[in-house]
Amino acid sequence: MSTKIKEAVRALLAEGKIKGFLGLREEHGNIMPHLFCDPKELDSLSLGDWKKSGDTRYPLNQMMIQLAIAYPNETFAILVRGCDERGLRELFKWKQLAEDKVILIGIGCPDELARACECEKPFPDSLLEGPQGTRAENEKVASLDKMDLEERFTFWEAEFNRCIKCLGCRNICPMCFCNECTLEEANLIDTGEVPPANPTFHLVRAIHMVGRCIDCGLCEEACPADIPLRTLYKKVGEIISKEFGYKTGFSVDEKSPFNIIEVK
Amino acid sequence: MEFKTVLSFCPYCGCGCGLLLEVLDGKIVGTLPSKTSPVNQGKLCVKGWNVHEFVISPNRLIKPMVRKNDTLENSSWDEALHLSATRLKEIKEKYGPDSIGVLTSAKCTNEENYLLQKFTRAAIGTNNIDHCARL
Repeated sequence: MSTKIKEAVRALLAEGKIKGFLGLREEHGNIMPHLFCDPKELDSLSLGDWKKSGDTRYPLNQMMIQLAIAYPNETFAILVRGCDERGLRELFKWKQLAEDKVILIGIGCPDELARACECEKPFPDSLLEGPQGTRAENEKVASLDKMDLEERFTFWEAEFNRCIKCLGCRNICPMCFCNECTLEEANLIDTGEVPPANPTFHLVRAIHMVGRCIDCGLCEEACPADIPLRTLYKKVGEIISKEFGYKTGFSVDEKSPFNIIEVK
Repeated sequence: MEFKTVLSFCPYCGCGCGLLLEVLDGKIVGTLPSKTSPVNQGKLCVKGWNVHEFVISPNRLIKPMVRKNDTLENSSWDEALHLSATRLKEIKEKYGPDSIGVLTSAKCTNEENYLLQKFTRAAIGTNNIDHCARL
């Protein structure tokens, strides 16, 4: 399915419009992120499908930030799904990346993946290849909303109790770009304790996801304790959408409610 | 300009989680869990997530040192190995082989660990050998 993507990247590299293309490559059955600087390498390009569609996604946006810091004057292209595009929009608004230095090469996710992700928009506007899939319903959040408060609290308390504080949810998050992290603030969360303060630790992170979480689900995939983090942050997104009318990553210029500084 | 990820394995314990080292222009800048590793399936613990830190740590011991007058001083491999061999021999002769214990590491290869247990059992003559992966 990657013919058009390869063609587009080849052309961009040949015309000198980009220094490299940040995507995924396959080597000996392993799929890993890679910066393609030479068109010859493109034969090994992968779309992140290992056992099933899109099951081998990596935080490419996070690596793009590293590249932009090292080479601020260069332009790069990047492989994006619907969620990655939403992420880039937010990162542009949060001034972590310069919009004119990033070229989006979009792939659409098949309905099977969109359903597994319960994705609101499983394709990017920069769609180049792949389907323009259909929106999937948010069933997990709805099923939790049906519980009464006490039942729901017990549910989350039990989930958070399995946390081994690997910080993988934060480390893999393409939207966690702070130099200093509240989760490592000893005055707020005691160090050397597992599980970490329950529910403070997870709720602090959930609140920090306001206007940032673009629902890529990498956190939940990286969690060794299988905590349904994605469902938690989906609920955060739902509240922000309902209370502030803000849908993270959907608008190019509208800023998140946590990113507005009013000078009076 | 070069940015790539290199497949490797976590050296901290005996699980052998697959990880990807992010390499920017020849320097390791980060670690990611390998999603295609059947062992950890895209997950890591807090130690694995920070593997890149010890590789580039300025505190990392990269040359032999010998303690002289209570301070560690840079030394040559020849001097350090000669001193270790002489002292191990002296201790073995004076107190017996079971007075010596050997701790090896998950950060070594399987072959290096084999060699060290062979050295412990055959050269020193004790079964006192253990490994940090059993912690």
